[in-house]
Amino acid sequence: MKKEDVPQDLGALGKITKEVCYATDENGKYTTELSNGWDVKTTALDTAWQNVEERIATAKQKVLNKEASPILFFMEKSLMDIEILAGYTGFWQWQVKRHLKPDVFNSLPEQKLKKYAEAFNLSLADLKTMTINEA
Amino acid sequence: MKLDFNHIQAAHCENGVTVGLLKNSGVKQITEPLAFGIGAGLFFVYIPFLKINNGPVIAFRSMPGLIFKRVCKALDIPIVRKKFSSKEAAEKFLNDCLAEGNPVGCQVGVYYLPYFPKEYRFHFNAHNLIVFGTEDGNYMVSDPVMEGTNIMSAYELERVRFAKGALAPNGQLYYPKESKPVTDEQMVSAIKSGIKRNVFNMISPLMGPVAGVNGITYTGKKIKKWRNKLGQKEAGSYLAQLVRMQEEIGTGGGGFRYIYGAFLQEAHAYIPNDDLLGISAQFTASGDLWREGAIQAAGIYKGRLGSQEDFNVMGDYLLQIAEIERKAFVALKNIKWQ
Repeated sequence: MKKEDVPQDLGALGKITKEVCYATDENGKYTTELSNGWDVKTTALDTAWQNVEERIATAKQKVLNKEASPILFFMEKSLMDIEILAGYTGFWQWQVKRHLKPDVFNSLPEQKLKKYAEAFNLSLADLKTMTINEA
Repeated sequence: MKLDFNHIQAAHCENGVTVGLLKNSGVKQITEPLAFGIGAGLFFVYIPFLKINNGPVIAFRSMPGLIFKRVCKALDIPIVRKKFSSKEAAEKFLNDCLAEGNPVGCQVGVYYLPYFPKEYRFHFNAHNLIVFGTEDGNYMVSDPVMEGTNIMSAYELERVRFAKGALAPNGQLYYPKESKPVTDEQMVSAIKSGIKRNVFNMISPLMGPVAGVNGITYTGKKIKKWRNKLGQKEAGSYLAQLVRMQEEIGTGGGGFRYIYGAFLQEAHAYIPNDDLLGISAQFTASGDLWREGAIQAAGIYKGRLGSQEDFNVMGDYLLQIAEIERKAFVALKNIKWQ
């Protein structure tokens, strides 16, 4: 890539910091140039977020249909999977999977629910009612 | 207390941390391309049957931590590397290091990194930064992908050092044990061994079908089948993931090729063999193709393109890249070192 071809499409990161890119000058010698971002990258990121939004919406519907517990919704909302959530709560993965069932969730003691509330940074009430506090 | 430390911005976090720590401990010659090349950072692997963020796992880099380790080993610099099971012990050890005057590299997760834009915060645990001071319970942080330094509270730092999930950092920190200058002869031998290692990783038949240049060919062939196998939309998401792994998470594909090209030019200053310059140009050509491929992929995940022919073109980019890189690494293998 030539120095003058380093893309300068302002993206999410570009508003906060510029990125270092290696590119060649007119003599073919490598040098660095700062980039504001690149459309191709931005749209790849947008695509990833669209997938996330869809997964959240699906999860929400499942909770409303009583096919899953609110943990599924907050797990998707925090971009987590079962492995990550198990890591943050200290439960085993098989336990987390069990807690995704509404019946099991409803019978969980407060002490266990608290671990989820902490992992998602929520109050217990918000966890149970699937309320989002955008603070 | 703030240590005397120069923040250095880099294209890739682990290169940047390696350069920052080593420059600080007396290795004047080190630059980002040299660290990347000596650490044999260029790699490719497609891991079948495994998924991250619901897409394929494609890595363009060696395992996190390896670049720092290899560079220090090649330059004969002893290192300290520690993981912790207790958060208190991890913080105390960090404080002790700072009190002794050592800036410290830390492996962190980006999901809770306060100065990162929200759009970039996925659960990705192989990011690296340097802590170089503490004041009123806050820490001064030099993150190599940022233009300037940042401040994090003790709680914020603890949270990213103990992020969970794949490649969980477990508070991992590392730094050079002693400060010492490095001679140019050492640089020459480190450069040669770095190139040899990278040649092995990319073209040795021992690396199997999914790693190195073979892995690029393998992925190219897979991509052609994605549309029929996964359907248009899912295949598009897979390609978006490929591009994110390639260009975003540590400037993988194109960016890494350019850094490697820069490395070979800088190597030429230590080892005046003109073949290095020619091979450097081949890596530039490969980097350009990775970027053209990313544009093609963007056409597909934006929905502008989408026929089987478009997927074939995409796959062919990777096949073509594999061919160029195979030739370049064979040429590196055949260099006669005096």
